[in-house]
Amino acid sequence: MSKIQVENLSVIFGKRVKEAQELQKQGKSKVEILNETGCTVGVSNADLDIREGEVFVVMGLSGSGKSTLLRCFNRLIEPTAGTVVVDGNDITKINEQALREFRRTKMTMVFQHFGLLPHRTVSSNVAFGLEIQGVEEDQRIEKAYDVIKTVGLEGYEEKMTGQLSGGMQQRVGLARALATDPEILLMDEAFSALDPLIRNQMQEELLQLQEKVHKTILFITHDLDEALKLGDRIAIMKDGFIVQTGTPEEILTQPADDYVRAFVENVDRGGIITAGSVMFKNPSAVRIKQDGPRAAIRKMSKAGVTSMPVIGDNGKFIGFVKDNDMKEMEDKGIRDIEQYMYTKEEVTAVTADTPVADLLPLFLDTDLNLAVVDEDRKLIGVVVHSSVIAEMIGKERSEVKQIRQEGGIDL
Amino acid sequence: MIEIELGSWVESAVQWLSNNASGFFNGITVGIDSMVTSLQAVLLFPNPYLTIVILAVIAYAITTKGHKFFSKAAWKKGRGITIFTLIGLWLLLNMGYWEETMQTIALILVSALIALAIGIPLGVYASRHDGPDKVIRPILDFMQTLPPFVYLIPAIIFFSVGNVPGVVATIVFSLPPAVRLTNLGIRNVQKDVVEASRAFGCTNRQLLFKVQIPLAKPTILAGVNQVIMLALSMVVIASMVGAGGLGQSVYKGILKADMGLGFEAGVGIVILAIFLDRVTQALGISRKQVSDEE
Repeated sequence: MSKIQVENLSVIFGKRVKEAQELQKQGKSKVEILNETGCTVGVSNADLDIREGEVFVVMGLSGSGKSTLLRCFNRLIEPTAGTVVVDGNDITKINEQALREFRRTKMTMVFQHFGLLPHRTVSSNVAFGLEIQGVEEDQRIEKAYDVIKTVGLEGYEEKMTGQLSGGMQQRVGLARALATDPEILLMDEAFSALDPLIRNQMQEELLQLQEKVHKTILFITHDLDEALKLGDRIAIMKDGFIVQTGTPEEILTQPADDYVRAFVENVDRGGIITAGSVMFKNPSAVRIKQDGPRAAIRKMSKAGVTSMPVIGDNGKFIGFVKDNDMKEMEDKGIRDIEQYMYTKEEVTAVTADTPVADLLPLFLDTDLNLAVVDEDRKLIGVVVHSSVIAEMIGKERSEVKQIRQEGGIDL
Repeated sequence: MIEIELGSWVESAVQWLSNNASGFFNGITVGIDSMVTSLQAVLLFPNPYLTIVILAVIAYAITTKGHKFFSKAAWKKGRGITIFTLIGLWLLLNMGYWEETMQTIALILVSALIALAIGIPLGVYASRHDGPDKVIRPILDFMQTLPPFVYLIPAIIFFSVGNVPGVVATIVFSLPPAVRLTNLGIRNVQKDVVEASRAFGCTNRQLLFKVQIPLAKPTILAGVNQVIMLALSMVVIASMVGAGGLGQSVYKGILKADMGLGFEAGVGIVILAIFLDRVTQALGISRKQVSDEE
């Protein structure tokens, strides 16, 4: 279900906003608009649709407008044009009081540099949102202790925030954001200021936490690995424009333009690309009941392969056969291919959402291909060695050719 | 050449004000005068030795805040100013300047209190509005650089002679740092803390009292310290329009070329200055800094 809809959202900083908007309509670039009007375009005609309960990541380099975009959601920055509709309410139109109420109850935020109150204790920081709402002290401190436990900071409740490490301070930031039980969490580069090990740990914990709390999370980052790890869906921003929106796999496998392609080139793809996107769909298969060795050989030579999956009733995958075995059967005059079929012991089947990184080890002890099956064990595809290798490398054929020319030895 | 008679314009403006707003100025006169005289009366009411002990205890309590009252660390920290207060005030009492000293304290406290009561809210206002800030700044510069003698003249016209014009001149002179440092302190509160507070739905008032003022407190208290020290530096000038206290003794010393009188009263002002400076500086040190030191 759609939780937040952003339509045609633009943010322009500067004095001659009207002129800048006019130029924007004419399709002028950020630099041209800056030169002509002195206005900086933060966000350009952004459209987004964020679903309830998903982690939506907006990724872009610094200056791409991602933080500006995020701040339009709770109007820390006022959008110049466009709408942000949350649960059917257009946030850009509500008055100040309604906006405060919205910030207090519906949407909270976690900041890159934490933004904690240094003169207060951890529990008092966490209870800050409730304090603002006018909740009684006993109640809010009780709630704060609860949330502090959730983020794993038990025992630090009465410490001053300045005494904590960066990672712990950000837990306080997260706890503060969760204390008011908001439906939506905005996280602005929340883990970027942390060192890599702690960042990794916080990412894991955020995912675990999300399993429990099921908030709608908008996460901003400049780190693609982080985006791919956390995001159910990702939007990539460049110069104020949203260049592409999609699942991590879509971003990696079908980059919308060269900018995105350059981005995803060096990423660790193995954990994200799945069997489903590297398999050959609807492969031809040997039918156990109907086909004998001769039919199997004919199918294989027609498909140009040396082995082929075997399916039983209702298209269920049951094993593999190899062409030279079939030839041997034919020579010996054996009809029943089941005798020469590779089954359970030698063959593995995987589901379409298995990451490619997990497929690699399965090729270790066999020269057979992998069968991809659905939940009813019906054969839906076949994964061959070379496409897994190609996917892990993430290079185009032409590039591989070039490598071969440069590094290979002429024979 | 155009003749610009700034002097006569100011003169007629002052004259007009004193003719038409005398009720207003009389009200102020009565208000300030009663504040000064009653504070003076309170300070002079108990036995001087009791007052000395009370002031020493106040100095000890403020400089050692954050520590336990009767602890070694507290004593180590507070003993200097406490012993200084006891000896300094005892000295003034026995040199025969007790009444003058208490008068001076009363004058300074009233001036500083009024200056702060105007200056801090003005500073808060200036920190939140860039336009007025641009107007207020040069006015403050003007107040600080215009020689104090110059505004003693209208002070006499409006408030006649005595403590009141002295207090008013002192307020004018000592007000700017309260505005400036409050403004600076609030503007310097980390942007992300302010942004975070807004993101959680703070009203302007909540932002001010729960976030900005607590975080700007050390800077604002530095302003308080500056206001009091500037007020103290005005005591001699204020005595020229009839304000009492140690300043008047110094002034008499000047007029009579009486080195002894001038020196004694001068030392008295220095003792008060050190006492007030150390105590108000200690106000600005937060508990957190104290616990960090430990």
